[in-house]
Amino acid sequence: MTVFSLLGYTFFQNALIAGVLASIACGIIGTFVVIRRMVAISGGISHAAFGGIGLGYFLGIEPLLGALGFTIGAALTMGELEQRTEQHMDTLIGAIWATGMALGILFIYLTPGFAPDLFGYLFGNILLVPQGDLLLMLVLVAVIVITVGILLNDLVAVTFDQEYAAVINLPVERLMLVLLVLIALTVVMLIQVVGIILVIALLTLPAAISRECTAQVKTMMLYAILLGIAFTTTGIFLSALLNIPSGATIILVSAAVYGSVLVKKRLAGR
Amino acid sequence: MKAAPVIEVEDLWFKRNGEEILQGINLRVMPGDVYAILGPNGGGKTTLLKVILGLIPPDRGTVRILGGLPSENRHLLGYVPQLHTFDFHYPISVREMVLSGLLGRKTGIFKMFTTADMALADKALATMGIGHLTGRAIRDLSGGEQQRAVIARALVGDPQVLLLDEPTVFVDAPTETQFYDILGNLARTITIVLVTHDIGVVVSHVTKVACLNRRLFTHDSRELTEDMIQGAYYCPVDIIAHGHPHRVLRPHPPEE
Repeated sequence: MTVFSLLGYTFFQNALIAGVLASIACGIIGTFVVIRRMVAISGGISHAAFGGIGLGYFLGIEPLLGALGFTIGAALTMGELEQRTEQHMDTLIGAIWATGMALGILFIYLTPGFAPDLFGYLFGNILLVPQGDLLLMLVLVAVIVITVGILLNDLVAVTFDQEYAAVINLPVERLMLVLLVLIALTVVMLIQVVGIILVIALLTLPAAISRECTAQVKTMMLYAILLGIAFTTTGIFLSALLNIPSGATIILVSAAVYGSVLVKKRLAGR
Repeated sequence: MKAAPVIEVEDLWFKRNGEEILQGINLRVMPGDVYAILGPNGGGKTTLLKVILGLIPPDRGTVRILGGLPSENRHLLGYVPQLHTFDFHYPISVREMVLSGLLGRKTGIFKMFTTADMALADKALATMGIGHLTGRAIRDLSGGEQQRAVIARALVGDPQVLLLDEPTVFVDAPTETQFYDILGNLARTITIVLVTHDIGVVVSHVTKVACLNRRLFTHDSRELTEDMIQGAYYCPVDIIAHGHPHRVLRPHPPEE
C-alpha cells in the first residue's frame, strides 16, 4: 500500500477527518487542562467512561452514549463533591476513576455473550470510526467551540485566579462545572481516536508543547490544534502503512515530539 | 456628620476544625485610612480577609462593605491576594491580566473588552510604574513587576479600597522600598488595608494599626503599643525602625 492509494479509501478519509475533529477539541480543552493542571481530573473522567460503555453493552444501546452520560456524570460529581465536601480533589479522582472502571467490568460480566470491540474502546481504533460517529464528533466540536468562544474571558479569569474571580462576582462554580462538562465531551470524542486509557496523552501533549511556544491562551489553543492534527495524521498514516495499532502510534508520535521539545529547551537553557 | 466606615466588622467569630481562628473581631476602616493589620503567621490574617470578602461565611458576626453585604459590594474593593497563590506560568499577558479585573462588570454575550477598557488598563499599569510592560507575558516579569501587575489588576476598576494580603513576602528590599513609595502615592486617593506578619512595614504612610492573633488588638490609631504586640505575639518584640523617619513604637508611660 502506498500513501496515496490509502487516501482513496473511505475508512481512511473518515479516520483523517476524525483526527482533525478530535484535534480541534483537544487543542481548545487541552489548553485549559494543561494550564489549570487538570490532567488527573481528565484521567478520572475518561476512566469513568468505561462504566458507561459497560452499561451501553448491558442495555444494548450505543456504548458511546453510555460513555457520554458517565463522563458528564463523573465530571459534575467531582465538581460538586469538591465544593460540598472537604475532600481533596486527588482523593475524589481516585474514587471516581476506579468506580467507573469497576462498574464497567461488572456490566460487561452481566451482559450475556462476548463484548467484541471492547478492546477498541480501551485503546481506540481511529481507522474503524463509522460515518455516524463523525457526525456526533462534529456536533460535540461545535458545542465546544461555541461555548468556549462565548466564555473565553471568564474561563481564563477563573482558571488563572479562581478566588479573585469570585471576588469580582463571576459565577465561579458554574464556570468550573461548564469546563468539566466540556472536558467530558472531549473525552468521549477521544475514546474513538486513542481509547480510554490513552485519552489524557492526546489531551495534554499538544497543549503542553504549544505552551512552550506562546504565552497567550488563544495562540496556545491554535498551536495545540495544529500540532494535534499533525500528530493524528502522522499516526494514522504510520499505523496503516506499518499495520500497527493507531491509538498507540498517535500517542508515541506526540510523546516523541514532546520529549524532543523538552530536550531542546534543556539544551537551549544551558 | 461622621463619614460612614468603608469596612465594618462586628463581633466576628470563625471556627475551623473545632479551632477558633477568629474570636470576636471588631474592626472599622474609615475612608482615607491606611490600616495595617499585623500578626504572626497562623494568626488568622488571611482568614479575616477572606471573611471580609465573603469567600468564607463567618460562624457569627457581621461584615459590611460600604454599608452592604460582602457578596453585594466586594467588587468595589481592589483585592490583592498573596503572591505565592499565583501560577505565574499561566500563559497570559500583563494587559490581559489587568483587564480581567474589569470582567465582573462586563455585560453582553462575549464580554469583549473595548478600547476604553484598554485605556483603563494602561492607566492602572502606568500608576504602578510598569506601563512599558503592557504587552509582556507575566511569566517573563520579575517578582516585583508581577506584584505591581497584580495591584494594577486591583486598581483597574477604580476601587474605593485596596486590600493587600502580605504584600512584602517574596519581594526584595529595594523593590519593597519602591513598593511603599507607590503605596504612599495611592494612599492620597484611596483607602488601604494591608495585612502582614512583617512588623517592619509599619511605615510613615500607615494611619492606623492593629495586631491580630485570633483576637484583634487596636487603639484605632497609628500607635503600635506594647500591649497590642504582646496580645498578638505573646512576647515582647523588638522593633527595628529600618531608617524610617519616625519611631512607631512609643515608649509606654511608666504606670497608667
